[in-house]
Formats: sequence, structure tokens, C-alpha cells
Amino acid sequence: MTDVVHPLDGNAAAGPLSRLFASDVTGAVVVCGECGREGALATLALYGRGTGLVLRCPTCETVNLRLLDTGRTIHLDLRGCLRMSVRVALD
Amino acid sequence: MTSAALLPLRWRTATVIARRPETPHVATLVLDVPGWPGHKAGQHVDLRLTAADGYEAQRSYSIASANDGTAVAITVERVADGEVSPFLLDDVRVSDDLELRGPIGGYFVWSLEDGNPLLLIAGGSGVAPMMSILRARAQALKPPAARLLYSSRDQASIIYRDELDGMTAATDGPRILYTLTRERPVVWSGALGRVDRVMLERIGFPPTDDPLAYVCGPTPFVEQVAADLVALGYAEERIRTERFGPTGAN
Repeated sequence: MTDVVHPLDGNAAAGPLSRLFASDVTGAVVVCGECGREGALATLALYGRGTGLVLRCPTCETVNLRLLDTGRTIHLDLRGCLRMSVRVALD
Repeated sequence: MTSAALLPLRWRTATVIARRPETPHVATLVLDVPGWPGHKAGQHVDLRLTAADGYEAQRSYSIASANDGTAVAITVERVADGEVSPFLLDDVRVSDDLELRGPIGGYFVWSLEDGNPLLLIAGGSGVAPMMSILRARAQALKPPAARLLYSSRDQASIIYRDELDGMTAATDGPRILYTLTRERPVVWSGALGRVDRVMLERIGFPPTDDPLAYVCGPTPFVEQVAADLVALGYAEERIRTERFGPTGAN
């Protein structure tokens, strides 16, 4: 056994994020505020599960998104994210 | 089906309608989910367990079934010292209710309109979403070419073996290459050892065919395979990955 914690990826954050966003955002393109990497939210490294989630850039490890869901209040911290672009379905 | 229109997702009550042992450490649970809106191959569900004292645990499970009315199959692998998988494998019985949220996910998904040849690469129980893709593909009149490279510890750990072999034998069926990492059988037509570039070249499509690659497995597996695919000339944006495994607590 090792103590290395392997992150999941942003795919697994789809459920928690669906409490906040009107569209699925795992396919959204996230631009890292530190290194400028562009990639689907699903490809970010996901740490934590349940109440608090952290999504880090897989290239430079900068935190791009923090989600804290207390049940009554959802806190979203996008400090490390330069831009998030979401393709939405046409009605 | 547009899942976007169905958000926000609500927790629903699902009833276990069947249990199927797959391997000594893996079983499939088939759930009936009233009002299920349908799903795309590759999507997942979140399950929520609540203990008598209010303690909650949530886990994500890939959907293993193709779209089939209100029935949704998930395949659960025992995580040593886990707090959810032993409960699902040992304690849950047919007719028990579970709390479920889904279908979820818009990235690691496949639908027939994607069109391209499909290269699926699975490690262990990472084969579950691939099964959803292959089952959905099997329903198509003119399915795209598909190949599966599936890594298991040993023959006894190969999930869905009979169904996969049946698919291969069918007209237009997928080509499948199994590889074993912890067993070297005397008679074996598959590969041996961890997935590497040689295996990927043996089973894969030339990058000029513009294949879509799906990789699912434990994090180190996914990272190695994705890097190998890029080295072989696959376009990075055509490689969709899904990692699974414990994230600190399980």
C-alpha cells in the first residue's frame, strides 16, 4: 500500500456541479489562470468528494475551481480560472 | 434526449431488480428508476447512502447498460476497506431501494452520430462504460468499427467475458484484445502484461482514420495509455479519458 492519493478527473464532478449550473459543464473549456492550458473541465484533476471539491489544472496543478456545497449554500471559487466556455444545446 | 434540459438533477429512488455476480470481486446491480429520462453511453450516476445517524456517502458509478427504458445497470467492484462498495455487494438485495442522481456527464459520452471508428481501452472495472458503449453500438444498424483493448489481472477477473466474446463473434462485432497482468496461462490467445504501445498498435486504428479513443481505468493506467496514444499520433482532442479509484477516502 502507498499513501499516494490519485486524483479523479472532472467527469466525477458532474453531479455536484449540476446542482448549480443549468447545463452540463464537464464539457466546458476551462482556461487555467496560471499557465493558460485550455481543456475540458472533465480533464481537470479532481480532489475530494462529497461536500468539498477541488479541481486542479493537470499541467501546472493550479487550483482552477473550488466547490463547497453545504446543502443550503453552494460556494464556487473560480480564482484560478481565467475563463470557462460552455456550449449550450439549441432550443 | 437532451440531458441539459433535465437539469437540475434530483435525487430519485431506484429499486434493485436484479443482481448478477460478474467475477469474485465484482457484481452488476440492475436498478429500476421510475421516470428515467434515458442516457447516453458513457454517462454515470451518483449513488447516495445515508446511515441511521445521518452520515452520508456518495459515489459515482458508470452506467454499464445501453438505454433501455427505466432499467439502469451499474457494475460495482469491491474496494478493500471501502465504505460503499462492500455494502452494495454484500448487503443490498433485490427489491431494496437506493438513492440515485443521474444521468450525469457530457464529456465521456458516445453516441452513434459520433461516427468515427472507436478504440476503447479499459483497465479492470473501467470496462463498465465501454460495455455501455458496446451495447449501444450493438443496437445500431450500421455501427462504426470498434475495437476494445481490455486489461485484467487474470482470466477470472475479466468482467462480461461471455457477452464480450458473443459480441466479437457477431457480424460487425468489435475486435477485442484481452491482456493479463498477473497471470500467464498455458493456452492464451490474448496479450500479456500491461498495456503498451505495441499492444495499442496491434489493436488500434491508424491515426489517419480519425478514430475516437475512450480510456477508462485507474489514474496511472489512464495517464500512461493517453500518453502512449498521443505518442502514436492520436489527436489529443479525440482521446476521452475517465479515471476512477479512491480519492483519499473510500
